[in-house]
Amino acid sequence: MSGERNGDVEKSTIMIPQVKFTKLFINGEFVDSISGKTFETIDPRSEEVIGKVAEGDKEDVDSAVKAAREAFDHGSWPRLPGSERQKIMLKLADLIEENVEELAAIDTMDAGNLYSLGKMMSISSGAQLFRYYAGAADKIHGETLKMSRELHGYTLLEPVGVVGHIIPWNFPTQMFCMKVAPALAAGCTMVVKPAEQTPLSALIYAHLAKLAGVPDGVINVVTGYGATVGAAISSHMDIDMVSFTGSTVTGHRIMEAAATSNLKQVCLELGGKSPFIVFDDVDVDKIAPLALNACLFNQGQICVAGTRVFVQEGIYDKFIGRLLEELKTWVVGDPFDPHVNQGPQVTKKQYERVMWYIELGKKEGATLLTGGKPLDRKGYYIEPTIFTDVKDDMTIAKDEIFGPVMSIMKFKSMEEVIMRANNTKYGLAAGIMTNNINTANTVSRSIRAGSVWINCYFGFDNDAPAGGYKMSGFGKDLGINGLHKYLQVKSVATPIYNSPWL
Amino acid sequence: MAAARRISSLVSRSLPLLRGGKQINGGRGVYRYSTAAAHENPIKPPVSVQYDQLLIDGKFVDAASGKTFPTLDPRTGEVIAHVAEGDAEDVNRAVSAARKAFDEGPWPRMTAYGRQKILLRFADLVEKHNDEIAALETWDNGKPFEQSAQTEVPMFARLFRYYAGWTDKIHGLTVPADGPHHVQTLHEPIGVAGQIIPWNFPLLMFAWKVGPALACGNTVVLKTAEQTPLSALLVSKLLHEAGLPDGVLNIVSGFGPTAGAALCSHMDVDKIAFTGSTDTGRIVLELAAKSNLKPVTLELGGKSPFIVCEDADVDQAVELAHAALFFNQGQCCCAGSRTYVHEKVYDEFVEKAKARALKRTVGDPFKAGIEQGPQIDGEQFEKILKYIRIGQDAGASLETGGDRHGTQGYYIQPTVFSNVKDDMPIAREEIFGPVQTILKFKDLDEVIQRANNSIYGLAAGVFTHNLDTANTLMRALKVGTVWINCFDTFDATIPFGGYKMSGIGREKGEYGLKNYLQVKAVVTPIKNPAWL
Repeated sequence: MSGERNGDVEKSTIMIPQVKFTKLFINGEFVDSISGKTFETIDPRSEEVIGKVAEGDKEDVDSAVKAAREAFDHGSWPRLPGSERQKIMLKLADLIEENVEELAAIDTMDAGNLYSLGKMMSISSGAQLFRYYAGAADKIHGETLKMSRELHGYTLLEPVGVVGHIIPWNFPTQMFCMKVAPALAAGCTMVVKPAEQTPLSALIYAHLAKLAGVPDGVINVVTGYGATVGAAISSHMDIDMVSFTGSTVTGHRIMEAAATSNLKQVCLELGGKSPFIVFDDVDVDKIAPLALNACLFNQGQICVAGTRVFVQEGIYDKFIGRLLEELKTWVVGDPFDPHVNQGPQVTKKQYERVMWYIELGKKEGATLLTGGKPLDRKGYYIEPTIFTDVKDDMTIAKDEIFGPVMSIMKFKSMEEVIMRANNTKYGLAAGIMTNNINTANTVSRSIRAGSVWINCYFGFDNDAPAGGYKMSGFGKDLGINGLHKYLQVKSVATPIYNSPWL
Repeated sequence: MAAARRISSLVSRSLPLLRGGKQINGGRGVYRYSTAAAHENPIKPPVSVQYDQLLIDGKFVDAASGKTFPTLDPRTGEVIAHVAEGDAEDVNRAVSAARKAFDEGPWPRMTAYGRQKILLRFADLVEKHNDEIAALETWDNGKPFEQSAQTEVPMFARLFRYYAGWTDKIHGLTVPADGPHHVQTLHEPIGVAGQIIPWNFPLLMFAWKVGPALACGNTVVLKTAEQTPLSALLVSKLLHEAGLPDGVLNIVSGFGPTAGAALCSHMDVDKIAFTGSTDTGRIVLELAAKSNLKPVTLELGGKSPFIVCEDADVDQAVELAHAALFFNQGQCCCAGSRTYVHEKVYDEFVEKAKARALKRTVGDPFKAGIEQGPQIDGEQFEKILKYIRIGQDAGASLETGGDRHGTQGYYIQPTVFSNVKDDMPIAREEIFGPVQTILKFKDLDEVIQRANNSIYGLAAGVFTHNLDTANTLMRALKVGTVWINCFDTFDATIPFGGYKMSGIGREKGEYGLKNYLQVKAVVTPIKNPAWL
């Protein structure tokens, strides 16, 4: 049985920060919503209200878009040289690092993210992302073209304009940075809607961006709900592109809204049911802990979670044994506690959904190997849960659960596992555990997914584009591909006379 | 001889109509050269020399021989400092430190992001020490302090930020081979880079060379010019303060035939990059050829045309052509040193070019508002004056200038020749001084042919608002950079380098990375591929 800790946090060393920003950030100012309404954001550790946040609606989106439009059409941001945007973004990265502890604590309170991880990694990875894209801001190259007649041609990569970003609650910091940094580098202006579950850190980032010198109107943050704010963004006639990370169900709605409004460009990074494939030749001592983390990281609330664990028959029993052993060291508890591996689910609704899937798995006939219950304490804590004897057509093997629930399946051959791994509507990521070069190369080309990690998992990097195949979405975040989605390509041609070469 | 020239220049200042007994141009121009520099003591530079040794393996050390050489203040010819004089043995020490840092050290092995942070920190430190660095640069080189402080040091920081941004974006390719193979290219650092830089832009040349080499994960042995060894040592100190590991950047001050030659012919140096004269470039290439066939990048001399078309706004063209030539005392490899002017605007242009040259403020580079300081040293000073005499002897019309400015240091009057013919030495050879040569042309085809009739091919300026003319010229000119309605527009992002005998390879921009990367193709069969 996995460990549990009650949060014997040394409270003296961790400053629980004051929530400073709870209003909408429009045109460089924090403002109340036009309706004056607010909504509550809840601490998933205690189920208590952290604060009341301004609840944006359509009119607020309108004023945010107006500010962003003005900043794009007439403001300095797209007109600055890339090197100047770079400097401001580098300054923002420095400011993020100066405020790591506050930001990490806010994400822990608001999203239940592990505090120590936030402090050590997540927040600074946000700063790193800003540095990465700062360095890309002056490297946006078009091409001169090889025209087949007497024409001189070239391409210009231009900022796409006003971008709407709709981001999820699972990694408030990384999602904000992943969307905002490349759009800034490209010279776009934007309206950001953070998730209603986790609105707080986005407001701090907007504040820091202003301090760093990002001009007013370039970044606007409208907190609120998907059905109101999100819908207003995706159907807005004056937004040039919408970039969304979240569930596949919502992704459909966003694309429909874009289709029925101004045909704005759409980028979707949606759900997944990613296979984690373990071949016979692996060292289970290394791979079992990796499998556990691939599925349970961030309480299983990660779109690329390795939730379908395919294990080759020759190593199956050994793998299960090692996995259970590893689970003994897995600690669920208060995310402020540095010894904890897993905190609470983000909301009551998510918690109930995960519990519903666990019950369904049992009903469908999968074997509950371990876990399956909530923790007997306040907060939305769920035991790490592992099902074996899972069949490919069971709901728990098909749907994205977004919780600490692993489904283990047995397979015989490479051809079989390729077919089964691909037998999903999703295609976000895959793990391939083998030291056989031919297996690794064949499977990595065969899996229909946007990220393939061989003998590692979460092989994310600033420079590595990530995004889905099939109903996991389209368009990439991260890397240079993540920048190019915020750029329009314009090709320019003009006659050329007496050229000594063509 | 020198005394005679000094007397003649005194005469020419007091009697503007006479120049060596020769009457010039009816005295329409008024000589406004400030003679202040001749009478005032040079301004004391607001900086002191802290580093005058070689930098090897992270430490400042004396030369193995114990020898030093003086570096001179070009305003006075007086000694600023005695600097350790590196020779073959010091190059050996520096290369072995660089080798070890590359083969075993942390620099190529740390994450790209780690290298990026160090380079970004360095850029921040340079900005913090802007004026100190700029003052040292001006003291050693003679360029206007305002140019050092407001343009060159900021550009230096910008170059390092730019290449910091490349560290984590150096991409190889995956390659679609003809058959069931999985193929990828790895862009690996090339190893120990030897770099030799000139004296005209000591800091910027440092940045063009060291920035991309470090961004790619290489280690470096840099030989600075013996005329200007100081600023590189100061910024290198800051680079180590920013976190650069020992041995990654080594600096050997000294002379070309000794330290430079040792670096070029070293069997353990994997790459050599040189900026300087075409004559020396040839030696660098020969030494690389005779030793270990190290790849060579050369950025050499030029005789760049500046073409003023018939539709030009003459006032603007004059100003730009003036800056194109006289910037940095004319000591630019890409100086617009052949000013081709369309016959329709020629007379007006010559008149105004002369007037502009007369207005040029020459004097102590530490003084505010000074456009032109002294030439770098006595050798260059003599060479330029020799070319001026050759121009006169060949029959070109000396419109203004033509002699030294003041009585001490290496100042030369802004000089303009008109009626220059293509076959005159002043129209063919690189003078590297404040000497503008103006030539007349009739039509576009003719000027293309004449502009290209040069052993050089570094840069060109085109002044026209006619789109078709601009497009035709930009393709027809056989040069590495074409500036249309601008000149000397440099940026970290813009590649620079020469056609023909102006050099090999390109520096800056993404192209500059290639000089410091090896490409490795990795090939393996792929069984039952899902696609090819």
